[in-house]
Amino acid sequence: MTTMTPTRTVTMAQALNTALRDAMREDASVHLLGEDVGRLGGVFRITDGLAAEFGEQRCLDTPLAEAGILGTAIGMAMYGLRPVVEMQFDAFAYPAMEQLISHVAKMRNRTAGRLPLPITVRIPYGGGIGGVEHHSDSSEAYYVATPGLHVVTPATAADAYGLLRASIASDDPVVFLEPKRLYWSKADLDTTGAVEPIGRAVLRRPGRSAVLITYGPSLPVCLEAAEAAVAEGWDLAVLDLRSLVPFDDATVENVVRSVGRAVVVHESTGFGGMGAEIAARVSERCFHHLAAPVLRVTGFDIPYPAPMLEHHHLPGVDRILDAVAKLQWED
Amino acid sequence: MPVLEHRPTAPVPSWLPGATAPRTDPAPLLPDPSPVRMLGTDELKDQDPALLLDLYRRLVVGRRYNQQATTLTRQGRLAVYPSSTGQEACQVAAAMVLRQDDWLFPSYRDTLAVVGRGVDPLEALTLLRGNAHTGYDPLATRTAPLCTPLATQAPHAVGLAHAARLAGDPVVALAMMGDGGTSEGDFHEALNFAAVLNAPVVFLVQNNGYAISVPLAKQSAAPSLAHKAVGYGMRGRLVDGNDVVAVHQVLAEAMEQARTGGGPTLVEALTYRLDAHTNADDATRYRGSDEVTAWQEHDPLLLMERRLRDLGLLDDAAAAEASEAAETLAARMRAEFHAEPVLDPMSLFQHVYAHPTPQLLEQQHQLAAELAAEAER
Repeated sequence: MTTMTPTRTVTMAQALNTALRDAMREDASVHLLGEDVGRLGGVFRITDGLAAEFGEQRCLDTPLAEAGILGTAIGMAMYGLRPVVEMQFDAFAYPAMEQLISHVAKMRNRTAGRLPLPITVRIPYGGGIGGVEHHSDSSEAYYVATPGLHVVTPATAADAYGLLRASIASDDPVVFLEPKRLYWSKADLDTTGAVEPIGRAVLRRPGRSAVLITYGPSLPVCLEAAEAAVAEGWDLAVLDLRSLVPFDDATVENVVRSVGRAVVVHESTGFGGMGAEIAARVSERCFHHLAAPVLRVTGFDIPYPAPMLEHHHLPGVDRILDAVAKLQWED
Repeated sequence: MPVLEHRPTAPVPSWLPGATAPRTDPAPLLPDPSPVRMLGTDELKDQDPALLLDLYRRLVVGRRYNQQATTLTRQGRLAVYPSSTGQEACQVAAAMVLRQDDWLFPSYRDTLAVVGRGVDPLEALTLLRGNAHTGYDPLATRTAPLCTPLATQAPHAVGLAHAARLAGDPVVALAMMGDGGTSEGDFHEALNFAAVLNAPVVFLVQNNGYAISVPLAKQSAAPSLAHKAVGYGMRGRLVDGNDVVAVHQVLAEAMEQARTGGGPTLVEALTYRLDAHTNADDATRYRGSDEVTAWQEHDPLLLMERRLRDLGLLDDAAAAEASEAAETLAARMRAEFHAEPVLDPMSLFQHVYAHPTPQLLEQQHQLAAELAAEAER
C-alpha cells in the first residue's frame, strides 16, 4: 500500500478503507473481524487490502454467525483490543442484537465503569441499490433506543473518514451506519486534520425559509430538494445530523429558531422512528419559534419493498417539496 | 488421558476434489459414555492428600455459603438467590483449576465459583442483593460479570482467550453454564468459534437435569451434551459432577490442553440442583421427592466426606476446622448483609458513557432537582 497524499478525491468506500488502514497503522490494538473481510476485502470492499497489509489475524474472516462475531469482539475488547466489527448488511446484523443490547451497550454501566468496551460495529444500511429482500433495511431506530451506544452515520466521504476514526478512537461502543447507496459518492478527503469528536451536526446549506433535518443516505436527496425549491421561492437550509446519539440539540435548536419551520427527512419507516424523536425534541424546545408543526418525510410504514418498487417507498424530492408546501406559508 | 496436541485428520475419499471433504477423525474427540469418577476408584490414593482436604474444606464452606445465601433471601436481604446446593463440586473445582491470570465467565448460578476465585462475597452478591449489577472489578479479579442471558457469556470467553493467545499470554478462559444454556444459539456459536480459532477456552456445562422446570429430555436429544463437542471438532468429556476430585481432574486436564495449544474442550458434569431454581421457584411442581432423595444420597459433600474418612485422610478435628471456616463465612455474610447498602441515586447516570451526553446531563439535573425537592419536604 502506498501512503496517500494528504488531499485527494475519493469515494466513501475508499475513505472508509483509508480510515481503517490509518487506525490500524497507528494502533496495534485495532483488529477487524467479520464475514469475508479478509481475502475478499468485504462484499463492499471496505476492508480491501487490509488482510494483506496487517495479516489475517488483524483482519479476521470469521464463521458466519453475527452473535458469535460480536460476542467474540466483546471478549477481545475485555482483553485490551479495540475491535472493529463488520456486519455484512443491515438486516444480517439482527442476530447480534442480544449481544449488542445486553452486553455491548451495558457493559460499562453494569461494571460501574470498570469494563468499557471500545467496539465499533460497522453496518452498511439503507436502500436505493436495488438490493433484494433483507439487504436494504434502515435499522437506526433500534440502535438509538438502546442507551450505552453511540450511533453515527456519515453522508459524505470526508465525514466517513473522520467519523470512523473518531468511532474507533472512542472508548464507548459505536454503531457506525454506512449508507451503502453513498459508498460510491465522491469528495475531497484531507486526512491530516484533527479528528472531530462524535456528536456535532453540520449545516450543509444555509437557508432562511425552512430547514430540512436529515442524515446519512437522505442528505443528497435533501440537497437536491433544496436546489429545486429555489424555483418555488423557498430558501431551504439543510442540516446533516451525522450523529444520532449523542444528539446535537444545540445546533438543531439554533437552526430551527433562525428559520421557524422544519421538516425531518429519513428513509427509515416513520412510526416510532428517529424523525418522531427529532420532531418531539424540536417541538418541546422551539415551540414559540415555530410557524408550523414539524413535519416528517420518511419511508412508509411497510417492510422494505422489492427493489423494483423501492423508489415509491424512498423519500424523493417531490415528497420533500410537498411537505415544505404544507408548512403553513399562508400564515 | 493424553493432551490432544493436534487434530487428527480423517481420510479423504479419492473421488472427492477437496474443500468440502471431512477434515477430522471424530473418534478421539468422543466422550467416554461412562462419566469419569475418582471417589470410588483406587486412583484416589494417588492424589495429593493436601489437595483432597482442600477440596473437602471448600465443599463444606461452599455448602454453608449456599445455605446462608438462601436464608438471606427469606429475610429479604437478597432479592433472589439461584442456589448451587448440590452442585458445589463443580463450583469448587472450577474455581480451583484457574490460575491467577486465567479468566472465569460465570452464569448467575455460579456465585460460589466466583467467591472461590477470591471475590469478596459481598461484592459477588450485589447482583442478587439488588444494589448494583456487578459489585466486583472484572479486570482485577479476572472474573466476568455474572451472566443472566443464557450462554451469552460463552462467546466472550472465546474472544478473550483468542486475544490472549494472539498476545502470547498463557491465559485460559473457563465458561460455565447449565444444561438449558446449551440450547441457546450463542452456545453453538461460541463452541464453533472456539474450535475454528483453536482458542484456549474450556466450557463447563453443569447438567443438573432441569432448566427451571423443563427436564433435559425436552431440551436435547443428543447422546449426551458432551457429544455436542464432536460436531465442532473439539473434545467432549463426561464427568460425575458430584465427584469433586473427578471434576477437578477433568477440568485441570482440559485447562492444560488449552494452555498448551491443544484447543478447547467441552466438559459435561452430571449433577443435581438439590434446591429449587431460586427461592421464588416451587420444585415440587416438576420433580418427585424420591428423585431428590436419591440425589441426596449422591450429595457431593457426603460422597467426599465418606471417602476421605474411609481412607483415613479426614478426622473429626479436620472436619470441625472446615465447619468452623464455614460458620465464620456465614457469620460474616449475616453481619454484612444485615447492614443497609449505601445507595446513590445520582449514580444512575454514571458509567452510561465515558462522558455523559447532553441529554443525560439534562436528566441528571432533573433527578438532582427531584431529590432536592424531596429533601425539603
